[in-house]
Amino acid sequence: MGILGFYLRKLYTVFKGEVLVLPSRVVVLLFFLVLIFLPVVTQDPYLLRILILSSIFAILAASWDLLSGFTGQMNFGHALFFGVGAYTAALLNLHAHIPPWGSIPLGGLAAVLAGLIIGIPCLRLKGTYLALTTLAFPIILMGIVFAIPDVTGGELGVSGLARLSGSRITDYYITVALMLGLSTIMWKITTSHTGIIFHAIREDEVAVRTAGINTTRYKLLAFSLSGFFAGIAGGLYAHFMRIAGPANLEVSMSFTVVIWAIFGGVATIYGPIGAVFILFPLLELLHFWPEYRMLMFALIILLTLLYMPNGLLPWVRNKIEKECPRCKIRNVATRSACRVCTAALD
Amino acid sequence: MILDITLSGLINGSVYALLAIGFSLIFGVARIVNIAHTAFYMLAAYFIYYGTKKLGINPALCMLAAVIPVTLIGLISYKLFIDPIREHEAAVLIATIALAMAMQEIMLLIFTGDFLGVPHLIQGHRKIFGVKIAYQQLLTVAAALLVLALVWALLFKTRVGLAIRSTAQDREVANLMGMNDSRVAMITMGVSVGLAAFTGAVIAPLTIVNPFMWMHPLIMMMAVVVLGGMGSIKGSFVGAYILGFAEALVVFLIPMGAFLKGSVALSIMIAVLLIRPEGLFGVAFEEER
Repeated sequence: MGILGFYLRKLYTVFKGEVLVLPSRVVVLLFFLVLIFLPVVTQDPYLLRILILSSIFAILAASWDLLSGFTGQMNFGHALFFGVGAYTAALLNLHAHIPPWGSIPLGGLAAVLAGLIIGIPCLRLKGTYLALTTLAFPIILMGIVFAIPDVTGGELGVSGLARLSGSRITDYYITVALMLGLSTIMWKITTSHTGIIFHAIREDEVAVRTAGINTTRYKLLAFSLSGFFAGIAGGLYAHFMRIAGPANLEVSMSFTVVIWAIFGGVATIYGPIGAVFILFPLLELLHFWPEYRMLMFALIILLTLLYMPNGLLPWVRNKIEKECPRCKIRNVATRSACRVCTAALD
Repeated sequence: MILDITLSGLINGSVYALLAIGFSLIFGVARIVNIAHTAFYMLAAYFIYYGTKKLGINPALCMLAAVIPVTLIGLISYKLFIDPIREHEAAVLIATIALAMAMQEIMLLIFTGDFLGVPHLIQGHRKIFGVKIAYQQLLTVAAALLVLALVWALLFKTRVGLAIRSTAQDREVANLMGMNDSRVAMITMGVSVGLAAFTGAVIAPLTIVNPFMWMHPLIMMMAVVVLGGMGSIKGSFVGAYILGFAEALVVFLIPMGAFLKGSVALSIMIAVLLIRPEGLFGVAFEEER
């Protein structure tokens, strides 16, 4: 009992010292708790549906950030991974009768393959060239989808898939848990050794090569990882909506992902996730004025960008937190001295 | 059949060339990837529809007149939304996407999503070897080629053109040589949007006008720019005709070709890039650091 009490006290001290000191960490904690305990309060199917879709798109937006934000490989065709994941999961489920827990990871693996296939020719391209070239891939695939309607269902898509699970609540917990888990994994990847190399490739690829690092391998790794997560999102989407259609491959889909990620703030992982959880419900909210919905969406983005060109969440974070000029540790904006080294904060 | 393909390829190619040159100009000078470029083309088509169908203005006059308001809208939106955030490349990118979406939605609100048509400028057609050729098609090709020649003259024979080209090559040095960087960017934006508007004007009678008509040309335009080599006018010109003819060939020769036309054209682009990563006529620039 004494030992247990000791560990509990220690846990509390760590919690107070590491989590409660920074508002951004409190917000992340609250975000986790609210998502986990929400169904206890309300089970409104419409609300749950919005949150499920937000979770799925959050995985997608974060996976874009991993590739384009961190590694700097501007991908304008992220819908390709999403679509490959969705179609693979759908076809496997429908023809091979593989249940969702099998077909979704297989969809992810198919998207990894797609990532490698487009990654290899794209290795030689940089910046805008890369962005414009990747835009082409989902459109090529869409042409193929339309050309072989016997397999892919053409314009109508593949429908009649197995449900993700029996009930809306279980669906909710599956997607939310996957979202939180995969986001944490992506966050861990970006702070790991590999993540630092990704970051360095974006900043200066030549310098990274000079340091003796095989950038080709790391760029392909970024393509595969991003493809895997996006493919999982695609599979989840297909099983949740019970349809995989050409809409998953559209240009607007690719653009939406880019909008989410850049609006939230690139190279942060939490930025795109936050942006999806702000913008997607907002878009649903604007359903009250269906005709003005997309127009308002576009205008909100345009106006926000004028004031926060680095993205919404980093802007907010810099407002509520300050970085210590001496030890580079973050502090609450209200403090006048750094919490670790007591240097004066400006 | 051959005549069909030639004509269709010429029209497609000219349209893509006009669009791609405008796009690559503004990219070269201001490093702006202007996704909204073809949205201005759609806007011009709507102006013409409104002018001819609703106001009853003479179509020829209307087509010339449409270019001016669209260029103005382009310049205003550049000043308001793009210029303040120009240092943030990613932000500019989604600002232009949002701009294109906003324009699409405004057109959707005003004109609904109906497919609209614009009357031909000159009526009538003639049969050559059993192929019906509308005079309008010939006029479109001729007008497009004329404007391409004008753009070439502007870029290579005038001082403004020299300023645009030198800013595209090296912004800092051009600035040091006394060229007002932001004014050149403004002029280029005007020329670029004007080109897009003009393209919309010449193609409007041959296509269906609807709020989503900017998507396909956008993709093809980007493919042309990448294929020809970013920032190369000659590359854009050649690339445009290659992809234009490729599209025409696929549509006429392969069953289900209409679905595959985009795929085939884009596959050609990727195939070329595999061999020459800087595009057909592009120069492999030293990386900007």
